Amino acid sequence: MSLQILYFASLREAVGQSSESLDLPEGLSSVGGLRRHLAERGGHWAEAFGQGRLLASVNQQMAEDDHPVADGDEIAFFPPVTGG
Amino acid sequence: MHIEVQERDFDVEALSRALIGPRKDIGAVVSFTGRVRDRSEAQNLLALELEHYPAMTEKALQEIAEQARQRWDIDDLAIVHRVGRLAVGEAIVAVVVISAHRRDAFEACEFLMDYLKTRAPFWKKEITTDGEAWVEARHSDDEAAARWEE
Repeated sequence: MSLQILYFASLREAVGQSSESLDLPEGLSSVGGLRRHLAERGGHWAEAFGQGRLLASVNQQMAEDDHPVADGDEIAFFPPVTGG
Repeated sequence: MHIEVQERDFDVEALSRALIGPRKDIGAVVSFTGRVRDRSEAQNLLALELEHYPAMTEKALQEIAEQARQRWDIDDLAIVHRVGRLAVGEAIVAVVVISAHRRDAFEACEFLMDYLKTRAPFWKKEITTDGEAWVEARHSDDEAAARWEE
């Protein structure tokens, strides 16, 4: 089992991919933890995840940083929405 | 309730007719249509490119619609949002609310648009004669949505 991670809009372009499968790193248990893990990749990742304006969802529900993540979850990161 | 995300254009009159059907107790039909205008942040806008999160979008719209139904005395509603490339002058979104009385229909329609703009996973990219740029979320939209919170 692993996490499915999705990236949308300007974030998708910044990190150069729309999705990935990630084995849940040891000790990682929340959306905030995943954010820090991705930022630690450096480069575009650090830039995109360091600015703090990204929203997150877990299994298609909006989620704050303290929301737990578990094997099999679909996590998405994206900029503030601009529909309508 | 009719909620749909689609590439093709929509017909607001047909949406209203479908909601009303044979009902005789509907005194008010309020509809809003959002369109691509020729200038927003960018000058020389040619088109918008609308991206969304397919697995989440309709769920998010359903939740917003449920909130409106709990809060106002409305009988039915439709939300249709387009995605893909939309040229200047094309329609982006329609919200239709039917009710016995106009006040509930007006308020619910405005609430649905304010919440949709700040809570449903859609993103606009502007295509101009000079290139492309993602639209930044606007603080005024957050303020518009915040006024519905008690």
